[in-house]
Amino acid sequence: MNEEKTPLLKMQGIKKDFFGNQVLTDINLTLHEGEVIGLVGENGAGKSTLMRILFGANMIRETGGYEGEIMINGEKVQFHSPFDAIAAGIGMVHQEFSLIPGFTTTENILLNREPTRKSLVSDIFSERLNTLNRKEMEDRAAAAIELMGVNLDQKMLISDMPVGHKQFTEIARELSKKHLKILILDEPTAVLTEKEADALLSAIRGMAQRGIAVIFITHRLHEILSVCDRVCVMRDGKLVTDVAAKDTDVPQITKWMVGREVSENSKPQAGGEERHASAKTILSVSHLWVDMPGETVRDVTLEVKEGEILGIGGLAGQGKLGIPNGIMGLYQAGGKVMFKGEEIPLNAPRKCLDASFAFVSEDRRGVGLLLDESLEWNIAFPAMQIQNKFLKSYLGGLVKWRDEAAIKEITQKYIDELAIKCTDSRQKARELSGGNQQKVCLAKAFALNPSLLFVSEPTRGIDVVAKVLVLDALKKFNRENHVTIVMVSSELEELRQTCDRIAIVSGGRITGIFSASESAETFGALMLSNVI
Amino acid sequence: MNTNAKKREKAGAFLRQSSVPIMFVIICAVCIPISGLSPSYLINEIVTRMGRNVFLILSLLIPIMAGMGLNFGMTLGAMAGEIALILVSDWQIVGIPGMVLAMIFSVPFSILLGWFCGKILNMARGREMITSYIISYFINGVYQLVVLYLMGSVIPIRHGSIKLPRGYGIRNTVSLLNMRQKLDNLIPLTIAGVKIPVMTFIVIGVLCLVIIWFRRTKLGQDMRAVGQDMQVARDAGINVERTRIISIIISTVLAGIGMVIYLQNMGNIATYSSHSQIGMFCIAALLVGGASVDKASIGNVFLGVILFHTMFIVAPKAGAAITGDSMIGEYFRVFVSYAVITVALVMYETQKRKRKSLEGQKLAQAQKGEQNKGQKEENEA
Repeated sequence: MNEEKTPLLKMQGIKKDFFGNQVLTDINLTLHEGEVIGLVGENGAGKSTLMRILFGANMIRETGGYEGEIMINGEKVQFHSPFDAIAAGIGMVHQEFSLIPGFTTTENILLNREPTRKSLVSDIFSERLNTLNRKEMEDRAAAAIELMGVNLDQKMLISDMPVGHKQFTEIARELSKKHLKILILDEPTAVLTEKEADALLSAIRGMAQRGIAVIFITHRLHEILSVCDRVCVMRDGKLVTDVAAKDTDVPQITKWMVGREVSENSKPQAGGEERHASAKTILSVSHLWVDMPGETVRDVTLEVKEGEILGIGGLAGQGKLGIPNGIMGLYQAGGKVMFKGEEIPLNAPRKCLDASFAFVSEDRRGVGLLLDESLEWNIAFPAMQIQNKFLKSYLGGLVKWRDEAAIKEITQKYIDELAIKCTDSRQKARELSGGNQQKVCLAKAFALNPSLLFVSEPTRGIDVVAKVLVLDALKKFNRENHVTIVMVSSELEELRQTCDRIAIVSGGRITGIFSASESAETFGALMLSNVI
Repeated sequence: MNTNAKKREKAGAFLRQSSVPIMFVIICAVCIPISGLSPSYLINEIVTRMGRNVFLILSLLIPIMAGMGLNFGMTLGAMAGEIALILVSDWQIVGIPGMVLAMIFSVPFSILLGWFCGKILNMARGREMITSYIISYFINGVYQLVVLYLMGSVIPIRHGSIKLPRGYGIRNTVSLLNMRQKLDNLIPLTIAGVKIPVMTFIVIGVLCLVIIWFRRTKLGQDMRAVGQDMQVARDAGINVERTRIISIIISTVLAGIGMVIYLQNMGNIATYSSHSQIGMFCIAALLVGGASVDKASIGNVFLGVILFHTMFIVAPKAGAAITGDSMIGEYFRVFVSYAVITVALVMYETQKRKRKSLEGQKLAQAQKGEQNKGQKEENEA
């Protein structure tokens, strides 16, 4: 007889790579009945991927599966779809709501699991013609809500609800599944108010007492300490720490999260090179709000100095991407933006472009590139549209023709400068690799000769070599053409290497602006300071 | 004051939503006196047209519930109904038995066509309306091939009266004299000079009950879920594709049966044109009744039929009375039905956009409130 009970869940030697890019290395994790573990880590540390593997997400299989073993109650399992995982007693509450807006709380909690009444018609045709048993639906939903210990109006439509209640509805749905054993909560408190978050935390404790094991992912570290039995910290695809919550504290966890050794080659650039930072403010943003789904900006006031590279960092979902997207008019925004002493109207992308802003979007395949057109077109198109460059005028400007020679020349120039790997300048953008597509996006923005350049996640999803090239190209463009650059990135190290100053966004607000030479711990603490 | 503002807001929303029906009430109110038609004639006509059209329009409700918009593909069901009627009248089965047989016979055709239509609409997600509109043209071509060439040559047609003189193909008009208004007159009832097609209304009533019941079934619930958010429905394990196909099949089958009812009232089939505008007029009537692309109720159907057909009856007369040319009114009613559909589609899009920007404004206001609060606190400190 084993002294120790068989763990409810055991993940052993989990490995996962996306096309050669290792994102998880040798993860070992155990979970006992009624245990609550907190899973923390920076963005891209691999938390989501690990949970997706556990939940049998389709994208894991589509990208070549994973290595290692998952055992539930000592039995090896292999999930082919989330439905298998659900059948095995795993429930997951995702960051994005999975609710039907026009349905009531009850209808959403029991979505596709409604108790029904048989009738003659359904006997003849199909079970789907059973009528819904509304009363039992109400009862079951009420029981699930009761289990959570919060007050939810069962008859309210989801579309009329505050966000917090939507989150509770999602959790109640998982709880209403009878055989639920493991509940994964992916940043459930991110959208909750303080009070709601407290209610949720006590709900988690209640669930644990009933024997449900909870995996709790959050950026709010004090929550983890107050509710979890164990804390697991992930960094760069590895599980770096697995300790009892009572043996640790917030500063220590922060250190584990961001605390990669600051090695020689990643010295912040500000120290090495004497930068003549201009005191002149080129762009000032005050009280900016942006309604970008998942990246809401609440109240940002920011000044950008002429000729600098300003970095904007922060955790995903805290609003850093919303800042450039809002200023450029891609999402509904409000507040005041002054550029060189003149006010730039918001929600009018053309006005921004006319004011010689340029924007390299994080969504390069969607917004950044004309995928089915040649590189020449991609690079010259905005300049042609906005500034009438590369056009030959005939008949006194009545007819304008493209200047193919000039387009080819400029494209070739950028291909050489940025080392874009392609067959020739007429190759289609779709056929390039991610890194080279990113370079084309940059070239496109460079060709506009902007006086202010926004770059959003310039190195997302590209390899190390391309990363260095892209960052160097940005630096060079900044130095040689005296272009002010605002760079948004989730990777703190990259910002510290490239930027002069770094602003950290947390909870839709700027929590601090420091010189890039400041320590990583300082920035790490700022990132977590205002997380909502 | 707050409640007053809320009330005003509510009233405003109600007015905006029912702007189309209100517009039609005004048109009718202006045209009825000008047309000089007697009330009893008008009521008689409206009641007849209700019996004729309501069943067909009801067939549109289920795809709207499933989020597939206005099903222009109901024309497919209408064609199935016509083919069934042509065959039944060739077999010389008359009266109510003939009608019932035609209805039953139209079902397999409708299922086949509806399945085909649903399959294609699943491939064209988000563009269901335009796709179903074009499919109806495509199937119209197939229908003509069958009726004009295959009937009489491959499919046996015995009776000379419905065959073209050349020996195959169906005549432009097929008489349904033996079935004419048999359903309408099954239970004769005249109230104050208004003839009421009691049996037809009973059939319509039963269908309304079936639709209400259907909304409360598991399948109906699934359709509502699929209609609102396909991804969420799929994540919950609902077979989205299948559910959507079923909704189109049901719509097509109902349209086929509705077409039989429609034609028994008319008393003849215009073989090559009966179905061609049916879809459009039904959709226009539904929209006039205050329905939108994503929301329609049984009430919308009845209100729409009454308003749209009142306009239909009085417009030519009113046009003739004003200009002396009855064609003006004729043009007017056709152009109005296209205009109604266009306006409804545009309004649907703008309202969607408005809702989005409203959310943005709300967020801005919430923030302002927060800021003010913050400032107040600062001041107090």
